[in-house]
Amino acid sequence: MTSRRDFLVATGSLAGGIGLVFAAGGARATPASMQQAIGKVVGGSPVRRGKVKLDIPPLIDNGNAVPLSVAVESPMTPADHVRAIHVFTEKNPQPYVVSAFLGPRSGRASIATRVRLADTQTVVAIAELSDGSFWSDRKAVVVTLAACLEEL
Amino acid sequence: MARAIVNVPATARRGEIIEIKAMVGHAMETGFRRTQLGKLIPRDIISRFVCTYNDAEILRAELHPAIAANPLLTFTTVATASGTLTFTWTGDNGYSMTASATVTVV
Amino acid sequence: MSARCSERPRHVLAAACVFLHFAQAATAAEIPLAERRSGYDFMGRETRAMQDDDSTNPGMLWVLDGEALWSRKAGATGQACADCHGDARASMKGVAARHPAWDAASGRPVNLEQRINTCRSDRQKAPSLAYESRDLLALTAYVARQSRGMSIEIAIDERTRPFLEAGRDAFKRRQGQLNLACTQCHDKFWGNKLAGNNIPQAHPTGYPIYRLEWQALGSLQRRLRNCMVGIRAEPYSYAAPELVDLELYLMWRARGMKFEAPAVRP
Repeated sequence: MTSRRDFLVATGSLAGGIGLVFAAGGARATPASMQQAIGKVVGGSPVRRGKVKLDIPPLIDNGNAVPLSVAVESPMTPADHVRAIHVFTEKNPQPYVVSAFLGPRSGRASIATRVRLADTQTVVAIAELSDGSFWSDRKAVVVTLAACLEEL
Repeated sequence: MARAIVNVPATARRGEIIEIKAMVGHAMETGFRRTQLGKLIPRDIISRFVCTYNDAEILRAELHPAIAANPLLTFTTVATASGTLTFTWTGDNGYSMTASATVTVV
Repeated sequence: MSARCSERPRHVLAAACVFLHFAQAATAAEIPLAERRSGYDFMGRETRAMQDDDSTNPGMLWVLDGEALWSRKAGATGQACADCHGDARASMKGVAARHPAWDAASGRPVNLEQRINTCRSDRQKAPSLAYESRDLLALTAYVARQSRGMSIEIAIDERTRPFLEAGRDAFKRRQGQLNLACTQCHDKFWGNKLAGNNIPQAHPTGYPIYRLEWQALGSLQRRLRNCMVGIRAEPYSYAAPELVDLELYLMWRARGMKFEAPAVRP
């Protein structure tokens, strides 16, 4: 069923067509644009799987506030520590979630927060180590809509 | 909401890794939502969080619209000395909020 | 997140409606007292953890605001709540768990929001606070917090009984375009799923709640209106007597259960 909004966009009645994002299925990140965003952060370096543990409940109560935690195996010494943890999504309106910059004073490379997930999708966490290497973990999450929405 | 809630252990042993939780009241308007009439609601988020421990930065975070409303950050630090942890959130439209907590290190 | 496409839930609710219509003409029996469970039990582990920790429960942000408002002088009298009621931790203990309660002046039960507004207008000579306004939510959250852990106790006598019956009738009445009664989902089909979400028993054990769907704190009336929109019924206005009657019935239906305000719910 085409909503009136979608119809207006389709007929180009709104200026700046592609740039506009509607919550009901407008432009959004794709796995490709997520890769592009990751590329901007890691530069040309390879990203290896491992060392990183991304924790998200596989089936969540509500996509507006999804608890997410990232922990990275690291001694967190001045010589060997995690410099940053970056989180990306593939189907939110844009791919960035959070970047946390840590150091030896962190004691552990571990952060937790609550994120918004717009759809069932994959979330990626990337850790940047002090030796310049990048490590990652990814998780698939199922997101359901609330059964009874507040607005018609 | 005009408030922040921070959780830092009151005391810690020197060298112990302590867990810190910092939550602040903010709608984190994504900039992707529309009103019922189709008008875009402008983005209004907290974009940066910094925690200092006796004035030395121990964590910095860049937040994007994907961070949930009333953002919570949980992280750790090594208890090095007694003193003050200061938490600063800044964001769109000149938003700025500060909170602090003290820790006694034995 | 709020302007999402709503075709899918409507589709599913229509299917649920057809099923329920054929499944039964009579209303469902009430849940046996021993089988009653809070909405807390229907949430995921992580959402429960969010509620359990005061430093991660966003509802506590409103409680803190309420604590500040409690001591703020207001109205023509220049009095703060604290000036008459002292320390809320003592004076407000149990109050939220006993509302809605009889109000002699209005000749009917009133909910906590109405009680607060009566104090404001009659005693502080201050303007009433609107439903879902930041200040009213903060004050109700602060007062409700003082009943946390206590047993819900709703006094029913010959004065309040007619309003309880009106609330019960509303709970069992089919309404809206989907012709659904609250009792059908919440007395009979609790524990099942609707559009991928768990159906709870609908006990208001934690209001005002931080609802993840709202990304904010809200009142029981907001939630009830939300439900009515969900079954495509015209929702009653805030403070409508029908809503307060329903609140009275729901709290009485939850009698003996533990009060959890401010709760977190999906």
